[in-house]
Amino acid sequence: MFNSISLLAATLMPSGGVPWLTMVTFFPLLGALALTFVPKLQSGVHRNLALVISLITAALSLGILLNFDATAPLTEGAFTFQLQEGPVPWVKSLGIHYSLAIDGISLWLVILTTFLMPIAILSTYSAVKKNVKEYMILLLLLEAGMLGALVSNDVFLFYIFWEVMLIPMYLIIGVFGGEDRVKAAVKFFIYTMVGSLLMLIAILYVYFKVHTQTGVYSFLLQDMLSVQLSPTEQLWLCGAFLLAFAIKVPLFPFHTWLPLAHVQAPTAGSVILAGVLLKMGTYGMVRFAFPMFPNAVKIFAPFIATLAVIGIVYAALVAMVQDDVKKLVAYSSVSHLGFCVLGLIAMTPQGLAGGMYIMLAHGVATGGLFLCVGILYERRHTKKIAAFGGVAKSMPVFAAMFMIIIFASVGLPGLNGFVGEFLALVGTAKSQFLWHDAPIVFSLVDVDGVQAWGFHMTDTFPLDTKIQAGGEFTAYIFASIATLGVIFAAGYLLWMYRRVMFGPLKLDANKNLKDLNGREIVYLTPIVLMCIFMGVFPQFFLGRMEPSLNQFLGYMQSKTQNSIAKIQLTEEELTAAKDANPEHFKTYREVRMPNVVVASPVKEGWVPKGKLVDQKGDK
Amino acid sequence: MNINDFNTLGLIVLIPLIGGIINGVFGSKLPKSWAPKIGSAALALSFFFALQSVHALYTSKAERLTYVAYKWIYAGSMGIDIAFMIDHLSAIMVLIVTGVGFLIHLYSAGYMHDDPGEWKFFSYLNFFIFAMLLLILGKNMIVTFIGWEGVGACSYLLIGFWFTDDEKAKAGQKAFIVNRVGDFAFILGLFLLFWETGTFDYVEIAHMASSTTSALALHGVATAAVILIFIGCTGKSAQIPLYTWLPDAMAGPTPVSALIHAATMVTSGVYLLARLNGVVTLSPVAMGVIALVGACTAFFAATIALVQTDIKKVLAYSTVSQLGYMFIAIGVGSFTGAIFHLMTHAFFKACLFLGSGSVIHSMGGEQEITKMGGLRKFMPITHITFAISCLAISGFPLLAGFFSKDLILWGALSNTHVFAVEGVTPKMIFLTEMVAAPVQSGAALTTQGWVPIAFIIAFALGLITAGLTAFYMFRLYFMTFWGEFRGDEETKSHLHESPISMTLPLVVLAGLALIGGWGGWPHFISHWFHDPHWMLGFEHWLAPVFETSDKFRIVNRFGSHAATQETIATGVSVLVGLAGISAAYFAYVVNPNIARRVKQRFGTVHRTLMAKYKVDEFYDFLFVSGSILVGKIAYVFDQFVVDNAVNFVGRVGESIGRVLRNLQSGNVQRYATYIILAVVLCLIAIGSVNV
Repeated sequence: MFNSISLLAATLMPSGGVPWLTMVTFFPLLGALALTFVPKLQSGVHRNLALVISLITAALSLGILLNFDATAPLTEGAFTFQLQEGPVPWVKSLGIHYSLAIDGISLWLVILTTFLMPIAILSTYSAVKKNVKEYMILLLLLEAGMLGALVSNDVFLFYIFWEVMLIPMYLIIGVFGGEDRVKAAVKFFIYTMVGSLLMLIAILYVYFKVHTQTGVYSFLLQDMLSVQLSPTEQLWLCGAFLLAFAIKVPLFPFHTWLPLAHVQAPTAGSVILAGVLLKMGTYGMVRFAFPMFPNAVKIFAPFIATLAVIGIVYAALVAMVQDDVKKLVAYSSVSHLGFCVLGLIAMTPQGLAGGMYIMLAHGVATGGLFLCVGILYERRHTKKIAAFGGVAKSMPVFAAMFMIIIFASVGLPGLNGFVGEFLALVGTAKSQFLWHDAPIVFSLVDVDGVQAWGFHMTDTFPLDTKIQAGGEFTAYIFASIATLGVIFAAGYLLWMYRRVMFGPLKLDANKNLKDLNGREIVYLTPIVLMCIFMGVFPQFFLGRMEPSLNQFLGYMQSKTQNSIAKIQLTEEELTAAKDANPEHFKTYREVRMPNVVVASPVKEGWVPKGKLVDQKGDK
Repeated sequence: MNINDFNTLGLIVLIPLIGGIINGVFGSKLPKSWAPKIGSAALALSFFFALQSVHALYTSKAERLTYVAYKWIYAGSMGIDIAFMIDHLSAIMVLIVTGVGFLIHLYSAGYMHDDPGEWKFFSYLNFFIFAMLLLILGKNMIVTFIGWEGVGACSYLLIGFWFTDDEKAKAGQKAFIVNRVGDFAFILGLFLLFWETGTFDYVEIAHMASSTTSALALHGVATAAVILIFIGCTGKSAQIPLYTWLPDAMAGPTPVSALIHAATMVTSGVYLLARLNGVVTLSPVAMGVIALVGACTAFFAATIALVQTDIKKVLAYSTVSQLGYMFIAIGVGSFTGAIFHLMTHAFFKACLFLGSGSVIHSMGGEQEITKMGGLRKFMPITHITFAISCLAISGFPLLAGFFSKDLILWGALSNTHVFAVEGVTPKMIFLTEMVAAPVQSGAALTTQGWVPIAFIIAFALGLITAGLTAFYMFRLYFMTFWGEFRGDEETKSHLHESPISMTLPLVVLAGLALIGGWGGWPHFISHWFHDPHWMLGFEHWLAPVFETSDKFRIVNRFGSHAATQETIATGVSVLVGLAGISAAYFAYVVNPNIARRVKQRFGTVHRTLMAKYKVDEFYDFLFVSGSILVGKIAYVFDQFVVDNAVNFVGRVGESIGRVLRNLQSGNVQRYATYIILAVVLCLIAIGSVNV
């Protein structure tokens, strides 16, 4: 065993060290393999073995945490990876590598996955009685897939893991779900598949582009990041990536698969789905879509933010009128992840940190909510709100834990939900990224060495900095509308809690409900404690993310400006463009030049191209 | 002692938290008698450390003592610490919260003695005090906001303490959600301030607001930011339009009403605006709005209180009304008056609530004053303390309420923002460094614009409210304690004075209601004694906090020697108060028929007031039903439009597939046809190209 590990280590890490990432990723896979040798009828062994495997995985992932160095010097590029394993060529002719690494962005998501998995497995002990073996194997496969997707920094490897997590989840919903499980599973599968295929096409396009530009076939992230793409290419490719991720998140209006999937999925499935799987979408945005196509992201930003904001309010309103607890929680997920996407797209340090933090906090808190729903469901075999009432009387311990998790989800300061939402909102309110400060101009643009006339959204238009005031106010409006979601969250969650837990015990069936048993306390307590810990000491988490996020932000900024330089119009071209369409230029200036003096003391995050113009002016 | 690392502040906050955790986690397993002891001991310790800190502040002569516990959230240029600060303003607050809080804990030990959930109750109370201390000791607005939300959550839990009653659970939920509506505006206000200043720190914000260059930048957002934050305050401090939760909050146990809904939490909005006085006074418009809203609330709530018959509802509306006074004070720039009234109100209103609790306790849970009467014979201590507090709230001379209320009314009558003075051009320098020429002369000033008029309206409404307050408080008092007992015999046989743990806090609070205002005499009286320091002690103590506002921004429109006007104002308000008391005496003691006849004569008015102007129903219809309706529409939209739109795309694919499937029928003849067709098409294509 140890020999093989050290052999592995020698291959993966020539400079020495323990291959933590490989161990963490493949341990659940080995576990799943081991489970296949256990006779099918021994469900107790299956459960316990799966639990032990997931616990060991969690313990191993602490190795990653301990070996992660937040103060490590940063390298060039979008990300500074640590604990790099590989790249070992896997399919040499195609340029597919086995390359795992981690940075501040993926670190906590890995920990979140290994943290939630034992809890999810423990919650199935009484919920699933048939086909336990298959269920446990699927859960472990799922874990391996999620971990792999998080740590791989070869895009093809990422794609493989991405698909690996899809299939177990499909089966978990389709086989172990509720009455309407097949429909839900198929819908989940088709939605995700459509997105994935588009993403695959985009990946392949970039891959061939890498070959054209460098002469090497490579799926490595750093190679794909360094490829030069024209604005039009960026728009299409970015669209494909974003669609795949938006479906996964899910972003309004691609969210309709989620409520169905959640309602039909078994508890553990819901916990993992909401806790980790959805985050793959937001993680993918930060890791792949944003840095690969920065200019396109800049153009899409206002639209993404609009969708996110609509999603926040809309999903909250829909959540309010649900009569099924699980569906309510599912819609609340859509609403909360809207905050996450909004924070990320704001491109400010606060917004990015907030988006990242929401991923973690939502994973823990919403995972907890689904566990609570599961506990209620096991006792009453219904999830309808009307079937409950006064449960707090018969289940006081459960009531207390449920309350804390609800408050965490509502965003009460001191619990984890607040930190992320607050950061995301502050970041959004200060953002200058959510605004088209460049007009659509019909102009001569240099596309891959070919001069072409066409409509282009460019950042090159020489506007002076005053115009950015409009951008700041837009961001403030986005933040304002999003903040509405905070009110509604309190509304639908507390209203649900009151109808389920408070009031008189009207129905006899609720009178003798058993309070939590030992096992349930064991798996809810870590959730509750984590909600509190993450709320009280967020810096413990944020501190380890910050260097990575700052580097990413700096990269986005430089990348945007580099490409600006590339497609910059020369003075003559500009004059020509003006002559061609003077009306457009005139009105733009007149309309967009409010007499507002911007006096923002701190310019950080994504700063608009005004700088470029200033430099020009300085000359 | 290090004034920048004064860790006693951390202890003040931490101890109630520990008490709450002990009671909350182990309370159900510990012996029953431990819960009140743990809870009260935590408060006693906290009060002790609060005293020590205030003493340290006093002896150190420092402007403030601070303590940074740890780094909380750092992202980019934004850094938020869990940091505490005690200055002359928070010193008063911390003593009120821990002192009055301790008395109420003591009282609760008696009041909640028979409740099986006693441990939970004390746990919540301790958590509440913890959150309240965060709110007032926070060095930056975010720590305050943590406390702000924390007290809301504890209030939610405590109002719905007896959650098996759906009405009570509903009241708790309403309180939380209405507050959330306010918080929405509050957060946006925070963002605006942060946007402009780049910091959440009170000290830095105050500094920016008082130096000319940075004040200029701040001036641009001051109106919007202050009004947004004020909307947040209308939620927490129960002002129009968000006051509706407070009367419902009376569903909680009475000590909760005394602690949270009278003495501490509901005053946090006043505290916050006083804390931000530098920003508030930058915007005369916002001040006018605050003064008007406060005045309307004060008047409006007082009219409702005139006819209520539930002892706690009367007190609740009275609280809303008195909070309105405090906002008048903030609005007219009399920050000392606001904090002064906050303090005296904490004394007498806590005493009134606890007294009503004592009555309810003795009446076996009955709250209708129509079923009480003659209780003074049965409950002498409760009666005396209640009477003193009634006199205090009515502004009877030399009692606590007299001093604070007069200070506010005088402020409303005399204060004017410097920009509203005729002959002063609005210049930033007049807000921060220089006194404008017309003001310097010391003569009476003429004003312009609507803001001074708003102040006068606030004064007029405040004066009327003073009369109404005296009337309804004494109506309550006479109906409860005088005359004959109107309840049933069963209840009468159980009437008793409350145990010592309940009466002791009453006595202490009544004592404070008697003498608590003696640190703030009207200036014309202190002039007779050549202004000894103690007679204006309150003002002197708070002066450093409100320095810029008082020195440069708020001016006395009667000039600097206004003793005559002040005397008249005080005299009038005392007369109005006495008139109210006498009216209640005639209507409810001498000749109870008067009240009955008035009620019949003005039936419609009475019914409107009884129904509380139907504001609740209106809000329910507009906002609650409204958002549920929108939600339902959105859900239908979601199921039928959004989902189907995507399904449609899927179906298109499916039907294309179906068409294509028909092609692959397995029929060889058909395939042959396809091939021939294809060949022909190719030939045509090639042919057409060649031609």
